Amino acid sequence: MQTINLTRDYDGDFVHRVEEESGQNVSLCYQCGNCTAGCPYTFAYDIPVSQIMRLVQAGQKKTVLSSKSIWLCATCESCTTRCPNQIDVACVMDVLRHMARREGLAAVPQVKTFWDSFLDSVKAHGRVFELGLTVNYVMRTGRFWTDLDLGPKIFPKGKLSLKPHEIAGKEHVARIFERFERESNS
Amino acid sequence: MSEAIAYYPGCSGLGTSKEYDASTRAVCRTLGLDLVDIPDWSCCGSTPAHTKDHVLSAALSARNLQLVSGMGIASAATPCPSCLTNLRTANHRMEAPAMAEKVNKLLDAPYAGGVEAISVLQALVEKVGLDEIKAAVRTPLTGLKVACYYGCIMNRPPELMAFDDCENPMAMDNVLSAMGATVVPFPLKVECCGASYGIPRQDIVARLTGKLLDVAKSVGADMVAVACPLCQMNLDLRQGQVNRALGTNFRIPVPYFTQLMGVALNVADEELGFGQLCIDPRPVLNKALSGADAQAKGA
Repeated sequence: MQTINLTRDYDGDFVHRVEEESGQNVSLCYQCGNCTAGCPYTFAYDIPVSQIMRLVQAGQKKTVLSSKSIWLCATCESCTTRCPNQIDVACVMDVLRHMARREGLAAVPQVKTFWDSFLDSVKAHGRVFELGLTVNYVMRTGRFWTDLDLGPKIFPKGKLSLKPHEIAGKEHVARIFERFERESNS
Repeated sequence: MSEAIAYYPGCSGLGTSKEYDASTRAVCRTLGLDLVDIPDWSCCGSTPAHTKDHVLSAALSARNLQLVSGMGIASAATPCPSCLTNLRTANHRMEAPAMAEKVNKLLDAPYAGGVEAISVLQALVEKVGLDEIKAAVRTPLTGLKVACYYGCIMNRPPELMAFDDCENPMAMDNVLSAMGATVVPFPLKVECCGASYGIPRQDIVARLTGKLLDVAKSVGADMVAVACPLCQMNLDLRQGQVNRALGTNFRIPVPYFTQLMGVALNVADEELGFGQLCIDPRPVLNKALSGADAQAKGA
């Protein structure tokens, strides 16, 4: 069993920020484990979701924000749907990723890189350019073997466009990102 | 016959799920459901946006809701559950004035609310209705055994999605049943397939999608009908990866439910795009239909 010195390690500000940003009362969690039981990703997590909730209650900011689990949650909403205390657990996981980003933490870096590549594509074209996103991800991670086997399956289907679908309002979409970045830095 | 609905295809509808978009349009046209394209719609931000920031995510969705509002239309339908979740979440979060103000600060044109986002499946069930859908069947899918797979977020969380049952949804089962198909009880209807982890963590998708295919096979399904472009890609395009990772030998067709509806409604084959799926469902489909036909003639 893990022992935590709450007198020394409790970060009350962290608990308060998680609650404020998620709009959830994390103290309602009584550790029934329903979220972990239904979570399809428990096998891949380093810390099961119910334990993430407990660590948040205990103000363990560093442990939580350094976990792999927060980057492997797919927001499938199983936890939120089944929580007997109506805690939006998936929203808490989302907010923890937001906080980890701000701290410069990403324990599963390729997941963050994939999501960033996706958003870069939206910012550039207004819509996702599927092939460009994949190439961008591969270039940024150096994982050149990614899905090479799928090329011969999908290219003959004529579905993947070789150039982006630029929309007329792509500058508008780019401005959403620019204003967001400005607001975040102010 | 019905009021017009704005149509939001989602980015994959222009690429990896072209056949979902095409079959959706053809089926809705056949059933008299008037889908109107949203001029210059943009990406909803999908999962990557909400994992980065909730205001950014809501703004990317709200740009589209605002465009629908400008069309003078009160509801938008999308075939993609990820788009649906984002559009509905944006509406929900923007009910709080402080959030609406933050989101509108990011937009060129503010969104004042009032546009409801629903799935194409919900539009078919609620705006056309099962009786009318059933009356339009020309080629019943008799003899075809289908597992209906809804994916994880089409009905969850129930307070947000407000449609069908969150643990045992039935809308797709009812529609395909009305088409004459035999829907088999499928216990993993809402279990996650691995979502967008196919690229960064293929091992996760292999395991979760493998479980879905395994159970579909064990309940005797000829095919798995889906309603989500990402689910479809994981179950069909990645089925070979699943087989290699798990040492299995699955070969289960994974059509969109709209493609199967199209067959029953006698939509022209070229509009249904079966050839754009990796495992072409037509051989299994034709075998099931001709088997039922032979049985009927023999009886």
